[in-house]
Amino acid sequence: MNATAPAATSVDWKTIREDFPILRERVQGKPLIYFDSAATSQKPRAVIDALRHYYEHDNANVHRGLHELSSRATEAYEKSRQRVADYLGAASADEIVFTRGTTEGINLIAQAWGGKVLRAGDVILLTEMEHHSNLVPWQLIAERTGARLRFVPVREDGTLALEELPALLTSEVKLFAFTHVSNSLGTINPVAELCAKARAAGALTLVDAAQSAGHLPIDVQEMGCDFLVFSGHKMCAPTGIGALYGRAEILDSIPAWHGGGEMIVSVSLEKSTFKKAPHRFEAGTPNIAGAIGLAAAIDYIERIGRAEIFAHDAMLTAHAIDRLAEVPGMRILGPTEKRGALVGFVMEAAHPHDLTTFADQQGLALRGGHHCNQPLMRKFGLPGTTRASFYFYNTIAEIDRMIEILRDAARFFS
Amino acid sequence: MSSELEELYQEVILDHSRRPRNFGELPDAAVRVHGDNPACGDEIHLAVKFREDGGLEEIKFTGHGCAISQASASMMTMKLKGKSRAEALEMARVFHDLVTGGPTEPAYLLGDLRLMRGVRKFPQRVKCATLAWHALEQALRQSAGESTITTEAP
Repeated sequence: MNATAPAATSVDWKTIREDFPILRERVQGKPLIYFDSAATSQKPRAVIDALRHYYEHDNANVHRGLHELSSRATEAYEKSRQRVADYLGAASADEIVFTRGTTEGINLIAQAWGGKVLRAGDVILLTEMEHHSNLVPWQLIAERTGARLRFVPVREDGTLALEELPALLTSEVKLFAFTHVSNSLGTINPVAELCAKARAAGALTLVDAAQSAGHLPIDVQEMGCDFLVFSGHKMCAPTGIGALYGRAEILDSIPAWHGGGEMIVSVSLEKSTFKKAPHRFEAGTPNIAGAIGLAAAIDYIERIGRAEIFAHDAMLTAHAIDRLAEVPGMRILGPTEKRGALVGFVMEAAHPHDLTTFADQQGLALRGGHHCNQPLMRKFGLPGTTRASFYFYNTIAEIDRMIEILRDAARFFS
Repeated sequence: MSSELEELYQEVILDHSRRPRNFGELPDAAVRVHGDNPACGDEIHLAVKFREDGGLEEIKFTGHGCAISQASASMMTMKLKGKSRAEALEMARVFHDLVTGGPTEPAYLLGDLRLMRGVRKFPQRVKCATLAWHALEQALRQSAGESTITTEAP
């Protein structure tokens, strides 16, 4: 991967940057350089305006009022579901459950699907590069059901040891859950290949698309996954909204998870009957504004184009990797090609927390720590890393400024 | 360079983080406390030997972490050697106030440790500075044996 290859697009990135009011903030008296989009992205005015419009004009509860505003809110909420379905290439909006985010989506599958299906001796296959959110929910359900966890190892170069898959994908494996893009290594995993191999072995698949949904084109039918989860807030939408895609026949076979209003057909004092998916999984008043904000974020992203965003990400990341090599005592983690819009690194002279404090004082927002990847950090013998993560509103000039700051830090701490 | 940054990473602090004093094993320690800051991976393994009157005869540490956590441990061990239990506990209390901006005026008894005052402008770094001191307080509580403490409630 080099800095010149994928850049040629006709998008006016400079104008797009101006859509993000927060990027004009100053931090510690310096212009903000926001390189923490893998934690959460910033929000364009179009999304902020959609929230404001909803609250100023359409706000009401959904699926119950017979008045005008409730009709508008319900229509906007369900249109957002269709928007998410189209965005992911799902066959139907009924395959989309709104959640609070990636973590809730995984917990839903682990608890509701896993609670019904898993028996002692069954295996959930994960990888060593999973975020805690795609590890801890499986530990909880394994404890409850007697199922076991198994892991695809990560190679030294940050890629999955695919040669070990045949030995790991045995008949006990009921589900293979893995991340599309690693949040600390940047690795892009071969999703379609992993799904095909799991299916051939009789296992379902869950794709954690937290780091990819706003960055790369995704088509769940082309991927061949059974479940896919993502968070809106990492792709220009508000916090507290995300979605779970579930292939129709599987999703509808999963029992209710949370009980409450909205998800029932009829309730007596002793017993209730439940709606079909996806409404069966949305107990209580949902995050209506969040769903509307998510649809606005999807509209915004699609106006730019996901292929264009991916190319821009790749250009920024390649430039960062090239230039980071100039910093003394620098070690870059993860693969040299096929990577997402982030770079994790360690610097000999400075611990990640000292480095992020130093950078913050120059207005540069980096993330330092274990990135919710404690087992992976232990495997690589690292107390943590520093991560710079990018999105389409970042610039080459910002990366060049980061390099200056890191060089200053190397001098300061050594 | 911002003045806050220069106040946080004073030359003495950076020197302690690069060349920590009293760093190493203490084979005949009476107490060993493993201090862990899971939020950022800092570790301090503190070993203490007591005098017959209960004062601190020898104190050493090993571990790894950011400059603040390592410098704080190094400076703490230098300051504590030879102190009585009561003095050590009082210093722990005053140090905590020093880095959190608490009510106690940074007392003369802290000496060089007063240089850690810059931490109070960085609330996210307070746990880095206090990890070694939490380990010390645990060591004084138990007087013998081995234990583990963490900056996060388990």
